Amino acid sequence: MDRLIESFLNPEVMRTSAPYLVRGFWMTVKLCLLVIPLGVGLGLVLAALRTLQRRWLNVLLIVYVDLFRAFPPLVLLVFVYYGLPYMGIVLSPFLAVALAFMLNTSSYYGEILRAGIENIPQGQWQAARSTGLNRIDTMRFVILPQAIRSVLPDLVSNTLEVVKLTSLASVVALPELLRMARIAQGITFNPTPLVLAAGVYFLLLWPFVRLLSKMERRRIVTAT
Amino acid sequence: MIDSFFNLDVMARVLPAIISGMWVTIGLSILVITSGTVFGLALATLRALQYKVVNLFIVFFVDAFRAIPALVILMVVFFALPYVDVQLSGFVTAWLCLSLVLAAFCEEIFWTSILSVDKGQWEAARSTGFSFLRSLRYVVLPQAMRLALPPLTNRAIAIGKSTALASVVAVPEILNQASSAQAQAANASPLTLAAIAYLAIFLPLVVMSRWVESRFAWRQ
Repeated sequence: MDRLIESFLNPEVMRTSAPYLVRGFWMTVKLCLLVIPLGVGLGLVLAALRTLQRRWLNVLLIVYVDLFRAFPPLVLLVFVYYGLPYMGIVLSPFLAVALAFMLNTSSYYGEILRAGIENIPQGQWQAARSTGLNRIDTMRFVILPQAIRSVLPDLVSNTLEVVKLTSLASVVALPELLRMARIAQGITFNPTPLVLAAGVYFLLLWPFVRLLSKMERRRIVTAT
Repeated sequence: MIDSFFNLDVMARVLPAIISGMWVTIGLSILVITSGTVFGLALATLRALQYKVVNLFIVFFVDAFRAIPALVILMVVFFALPYVDVQLSGFVTAWLCLSLVLAAFCEEIFWTSILSVDKGQWEAARSTGFSFLRSLRYVVLPQAMRLALPPLTNRAIAIGKSTALASVVAVPEILNQASSAQAQAANASPLTLAAIAYLAIFLPLVVMSRWVESRFAWRQ
């Protein structure tokens, strides 16, 4: 037991590694604040373009979405970070992560929002248009607010996945939470920082996991 | 650009390595999906028995493995456990960690689906003399599966893709093979080949998941 505490929850190591973890934590937050809006924004554009119902455009959009849903995000990141320099495009780890994860998450957000928009009956479009709203205003004031509510659990779930996704940035040496924990582990010769990082993720995301379970259950109750 | 991304010489040279990587990726995915789903279903069954203390543990396990990123779990198992003399190979580490993550998600999916089945179905099954397990197996689960199948498919695909994380603990799957080949050849073609390999495995599955989703849609 002593040995377990000594290795995994060593108070002294916790004190030394805390500054590293705090710095990593803020980097993780920064990454999320960049990647989530980028992903939602591009996803929204993808979903909105689908409503135009142009056949060739739809084919392109489906190819884009399925392509980036088929690539593991880590493969995408490695490709962007280690592959693009051969084309003369050298991105900082931060930009590489932002680009790779934007491509990946936007396709998921796009699919979710598209499903949400398709849930809204045609009558809503027609009614809104007949009051004189143009296409964009119809989308913005009538369709989207209802669509987002209908797929809110999926949006929350995907956002949770995006936050977890940022841990992959450690692979390209971006100093986010996991990377800083590894560095602290190397300095202290003790894995306590890793356990601590896991704890931070857990405390950060647990409320959302709980919320999600509740939302899923409520959705089923209302559907049945 | 063609020379650095589609260099046929380099591609021909690394093709065997990528193909052996594909078998590792496919094998690991199948192992993880099988053990993760079975364990998840077992947990959901256990939870349906409604023992308070047991359920508390299950909920905690599920929440923890849904909240902590898979890569972090992988790192803890691979780099922290050796300090207490538990040394697992990269492959076993990846199998264990990804299975536990998938099991957590599957438990949640199975459990929510079981809850969605009307209570009357349980009572009717039990009143015909079915035991608890037989009611679950022959009456409740078949109905729950309709709701569970689309999210299960998506989760299975997602966990299959996350076998790429195993490259970090030196499992010689596609990405790992491609990265080392890329460093050796100073050429991005192995990465292109890896991307094609992943597409060959996962694109059909993603397309299939679209079909499953529309086939089992809740609102019909």
